[in-house]
Amino acid sequence: MPCIEETYDICVVGAGHAGCEAALASARMGFETIIFTVSVDSIALMPCNPNVGGSSKGHLVREIDALGGEMGKNIDKTFIQSKMLNKSKGPAVHSLRAQADKASYSMEMRKTLQAEKNLTIKQAEVSEILTDEKKQRVTGLRTVSGGIYYAKAVILCTGTYLGARCLTGEMVVHTGPNGLSAANYLTDSLKDLGIEIFRFKTGTPARIDKKSIDFTKMTEQFGDERVVPFSFSTNPDDVQINQVSCWLTYTNEKTHEIIRENLDRSPIYAGIIEGTGPRYCPSIEDKVVKFSDKDRHQVFIEPEGINTNEMYVGGMSSSLPEDVQYQMYRTVPGLEHAKIVRNAYAIEYDCINPNQLYPSLEFKNVKGLFSGGQFNGSSGYEEAACQGLIAGINAVRSIQGKEPLILDRSQAYIGVLIDDLVTKENFEPYRMMTSRAEYRLILRQDNADLRLSKIGYEIGLLPKERYDWVLEKEKMIEEEMERISKVMLGANKEVQSFLEKCGSIPLNTGTSLVELIRRPELSYDLLAPLDKERRELPEEVREQVNINVKYDGYITRQMKQVDQFKKLEKKRIPADIDYRDVHSLRKEAVQKLNLVKPVSIGQASRISGVSPADISVLLVYLEQMYRKGK
Amino acid sequence: MRVDTIVAIATAMSNSGIGIIRISGEDAVKTADKVIKLKEKNKRLSDCETHTVHYGFVVDGNQKIDEVMVLIMRGPKSYTREDTIEIDCHGGILMMQRIFELVIKNGARPADPGEFTKRAFLNGRIDLAQAESVMDVISAKNDFALCSSVEQLSGRVSEKIRWIREKVLHEIAFIESALDDPEHYELDSYSEGLYEKVSEILQEVEKLLKNSENGTILKEGIKTVIVGKPNAGKSSLLNALVGRERAIVTDIAGTTRDVIEEQIHLGGFSLHLIDTAGIRDTKDLVEQIGVNLAKDYLEKADLVIYVADTSSPLNEDDYQIMDLLKGRKAIILLNKSDLNPVVFEEDIRKHLNQTILPVSAKNHMGIDLLEEEIKKLFFTGKISMNDEVFITNARHKTSLLEAKKSLEFVLQSIRDGMPEDFYSIDLMNVYEELGKIVGEAVEDDLVNEIFSKFCMGK
Repeated sequence: MPCIEETYDICVVGAGHAGCEAALASARMGFETIIFTVSVDSIALMPCNPNVGGSSKGHLVREIDALGGEMGKNIDKTFIQSKMLNKSKGPAVHSLRAQADKASYSMEMRKTLQAEKNLTIKQAEVSEILTDEKKQRVTGLRTVSGGIYYAKAVILCTGTYLGARCLTGEMVVHTGPNGLSAANYLTDSLKDLGIEIFRFKTGTPARIDKKSIDFTKMTEQFGDERVVPFSFSTNPDDVQINQVSCWLTYTNEKTHEIIRENLDRSPIYAGIIEGTGPRYCPSIEDKVVKFSDKDRHQVFIEPEGINTNEMYVGGMSSSLPEDVQYQMYRTVPGLEHAKIVRNAYAIEYDCINPNQLYPSLEFKNVKGLFSGGQFNGSSGYEEAACQGLIAGINAVRSIQGKEPLILDRSQAYIGVLIDDLVTKENFEPYRMMTSRAEYRLILRQDNADLRLSKIGYEIGLLPKERYDWVLEKEKMIEEEMERISKVMLGANKEVQSFLEKCGSIPLNTGTSLVELIRRPELSYDLLAPLDKERRELPEEVREQVNINVKYDGYITRQMKQVDQFKKLEKKRIPADIDYRDVHSLRKEAVQKLNLVKPVSIGQASRISGVSPADISVLLVYLEQMYRKGK
Repeated sequence: MRVDTIVAIATAMSNSGIGIIRISGEDAVKTADKVIKLKEKNKRLSDCETHTVHYGFVVDGNQKIDEVMVLIMRGPKSYTREDTIEIDCHGGILMMQRIFELVIKNGARPADPGEFTKRAFLNGRIDLAQAESVMDVISAKNDFALCSSVEQLSGRVSEKIRWIREKVLHEIAFIESALDDPEHYELDSYSEGLYEKVSEILQEVEKLLKNSENGTILKEGIKTVIVGKPNAGKSSLLNALVGRERAIVTDIAGTTRDVIEEQIHLGGFSLHLIDTAGIRDTKDLVEQIGVNLAKDYLEKADLVIYVADTSSPLNEDDYQIMDLLKGRKAIILLNKSDLNPVVFEEDIRKHLNQTILPVSAKNHMGIDLLEEEIKKLFFTGKISMNDEVFITNARHKTSLLEAKKSLEFVLQSIRDGMPEDFYSIDLMNVYEELGKIVGEAVEDDLVNEIFSKFCMGK
C-alpha cells in the first residue's frame, strides 16, 4: 500500500511540556525536526493544575530558562498571578509559582513552535518505532495512518497518553486527559524493542463553574505586590500586571463522612486501578483514609484562566463517581451550590522504568531513541519540560557525534532529577523536591543563570547577548564583593543611631561592613546609607552580593562537599562492562549494576544495594582493565 | 587529586612485643608531625629524608605518651605509593589504642577494611596478576567488618542510636514538608522547640561519645567462649565469673538454648564471656540453632573454656568438643571436682595439651586459679583480642564526633537566627553519620517519612 514517506533529522512524539522543549531545542540547534501530537489543539496543554513553578519546580523553570529553554518565557507571557514562596526562609528555598491562563499558555507555546523555521507540526498518532534489523538503532517511526518518517533520532514524550484510561467511579473510558484520544499502539512496539513498561496513575480534581461559588465564605489569596519574572530575559517591568486572586477554603467532617461512606465505589479502593499513584499528591480519598486524624484539609480554588469560568479545586482530586463528587464538593464552605463543569478523574497510563536510560536520556538498548517527561516516570509540567530540553539537546549532540550534556547533582536540580530517575528505584511518579538536592544552598533559583548560562550558550541555545550579560553580571558581583570586603565602619554616632533604628545591637568597637550584613536583621541593601562609596548596581547583582556575604560559611561548607562529590563523578566507567565478570562483587550489586550501567563511580555509589565495599572492588577492577588495555 | 590520610594498627592487638601504627596519605607526614616529637632539637619529620628511621616520643600536647621509632617513607617508594609513616611503639593494647586515636584526632581517619591494599593496587604497587586476590581481600574484610560492627554494638546502644535517628528524621521531615508545601505547614516559632530537642539529642550523643571513650559501647574484650556438654556446669561457671545469677542454672540438660553474653573486667583487661548451649546431637529445632551458634562462636573466639563434667564419664559430646579444640587457645576445667570424680586429668590429657584446672563452679572453687591463668596467657601475649572491635570503636567515634559537630551547627544556626532550611541540612548529616554506626544507609528515608507523616499535595 502506498504511503507517505518523509525524512527529518529528529522526530518528537508528543507536544506536551517535554515535547515542546525537545522540539524547540533541536530545531533551534539547526536540525530539521517534526513534532507529532494526537491533537494540534492540545499543544502545551495543562490538563491538571493551572500553575507553573512552586517549591523546587520554580528552580527547574529557572534552569530551563538559563539553558535557553522556553517554559519561563511562556509563563511570563501568560501568567495571571504570581508569588514567591518561602520568602521568609533562606534563599535556597525561595521558589516562584505563577498561576497560568491555561488557554493562553497553550496558544503562546503553539505560536512559538509555529514560528520556528526548522520545525514541522503534525497531527498524528505514532504507532511504531522503526529500527535497524538488530533493533539496536532507531531509524524513524510509523503513524497509525501508515506514514513513515525517517529520522536519525526519535524523542518519546508521550506523557499520560500511552494506553491511557480515565476513571470516574464505575465509569471507565479509554482516553487520554480531557477526553483526548489515547495512543494505543506504541506500547506494543516498545515492548517489542525489549523496553520494560510500568503502569502509573495520577488524578485531577473537578473544575467548578465560578458563577456557582460563594467566595464570601473563603479567604482571598493575592499575588505578590512586586512580581518577579521567571525568565532571566524578561524585563521585570513587563510583568507588573493586574493579578487575579485564588481562594482558600476547607473540607470538614461531613465531607470526610461522605467519602468514607462511598469508598467502595472508588476505583482505587475497589481495586480497579492497577497503576501506582504519587504519594505527594494524594486524592482526597487517600487523604481521608491515610490521615484520618485530621478533621479538615485545605482546598484552594484557582482560576483556570481569564476567559473561562472554570475554577480548579486544588487539594480535592478524586476518582469517586459523579454523584458522590457532587455531594462531596457541596459540603465545602462556598461550594454549597457548586456546578461541576468537568468531573474529577484518575488516569492510568504506560510509562517506562527509567533505569533503562543513560543520564543523557537515551535508551541503553536502542541507539538514537531518547525520551523525556511523564513517559520517564516523572510527574509535573516542569519536571517534564526540563527532561524534554535535555533529551532534545542530547538527540542533537548524538547526531553531531558530540559528548552528551549531563548535568550533575552539584550543577542543577535538573541533574538531581535525571540522576534520581536513571539511578534509583522509582515506584511512583517522581516529583522534584528541594530535599532531594543535597547541595541546594548552591543550586538556588536566583543563581540559575550564573550556574548554567555558559552551558546554554556553548550548546547553541542561549543567545550571545544573554551570555555576555551574565559574564558582565559575574564581574560586577566579584568586584563588589572585593570592594565591600575592605569597608570598615567605626562605632561612631551615625552608625550607632542607624543600627538602633534598624533594631540592631550597637557596636562596641569598629567592625567591617561584611560583619554587619551577616546580622539577620540587616542586609546589603539596608546598609546602603553607611556605605558611602557604593555605586549604583542592578538589583540582581545586589541580591547575589547579599546572599554571598550572609551565607558565606554555609556555602563554603557545601562547596567542600561538592569537591568530594566531583571526584567520584569524574571517575568514568565504560558502558560495556558486564558486571558478572567482576570478581568478588556481591550478587545483588551485580544485578543492580548491570541494570543501571552507571557512567561514573559516583553514580554507581548511589545505586541502592551497592555497598562501599562493592565500590572499592569496582575501582580495583577498573584499574585492572585500564592496565590490561595499556 | 587530594587523597585523604588513613591510619591503622598494623600489628596484632596483643599485649606483647612492639606495635606498629601505619599512616598513609597526602598529609601523613604533616599529621605525624603533630603527634611526634623527635629527640633531635627543632627537627621535624617533614624535614627528614625519605626512608630514614628516627627516635622520638609520641606526644599529646606537652604530655609524652610513648617512646617510639618512626620510619618515614615518601611516596612513591612505599607500600601504598603514598607518603607513609610507621610508628613503632611499645606494644600493649592501651598504648596502641591511645596513639591510634591521637592520630585520628590530628586529622587522619580510620582506614576502611582492606584500604591499604586497595590503595597499593590502585597506585600501581601491586601487580595485575594479584588484582583478583586484592578484590577478595577487600570484600572479605568488609563483610567481616560489617558483620562484626553490628554484632559488636551492644543492644542498648543501637537502640539508643535508632531512637535518636528517628527523632532527627522526624524533625527534618517536618521542616522539609513545610518548605515544600508552605501554605500547608507553618514553621512559626518552630525553632525554639527545635533548640530544646536538639540540645537534648546533643546530650545523648555526648553520652555515647563518652561511652565510646571508655569502650563500653561495644562488647569489647577477649572473646571467651564457654563450651561443654549439657549439664556440665557452663552456666554455673559463667555465674561464678560474673558473680551474680544471670544464666538459668538447672539440672535439666539443655536449658541454655540462647547464647548468653557477659562482660567482666579482670585487672587491666576485660573478658567478653559467651555461654553456649551444649554441643551435641539433638532433634530439637530450637536447641539445634543454639548448637550451631555455639560452633559458630567457637570459630570466632579468642579463648575457649571447656567445662568437662568429671562426675559422669566422657561421652561422644566430649570427644566431639575435644576434636574442635585441638590447636586452639583453650583452658580445660575439670568441673564438679567436689563430687566423686570418674574423669581424671589423664583422660583429657590423652587428647589435648592445653592447661587443665580442677574447679567447682557451683561452689566457686578454683575460679581464682582460672582468672590467674587467663591473665598469664594474655600478658605473655599467648592470646590477643580481635582488633576489629577496637577499630570499629574508632570508626563509631569518628561518626559520633561528626554527628556532634553537626548538632552544634544546628544550635549555632538557631542562635544566629538563620532560616529553618539551614537546620535540616545539618540534621541530615547527623542522620547519616549515626546511620553508619548501626549500618543503615540514608536511601529514601526522608522522602518516605515526609509522605507517611505529613499530608501533602495539591
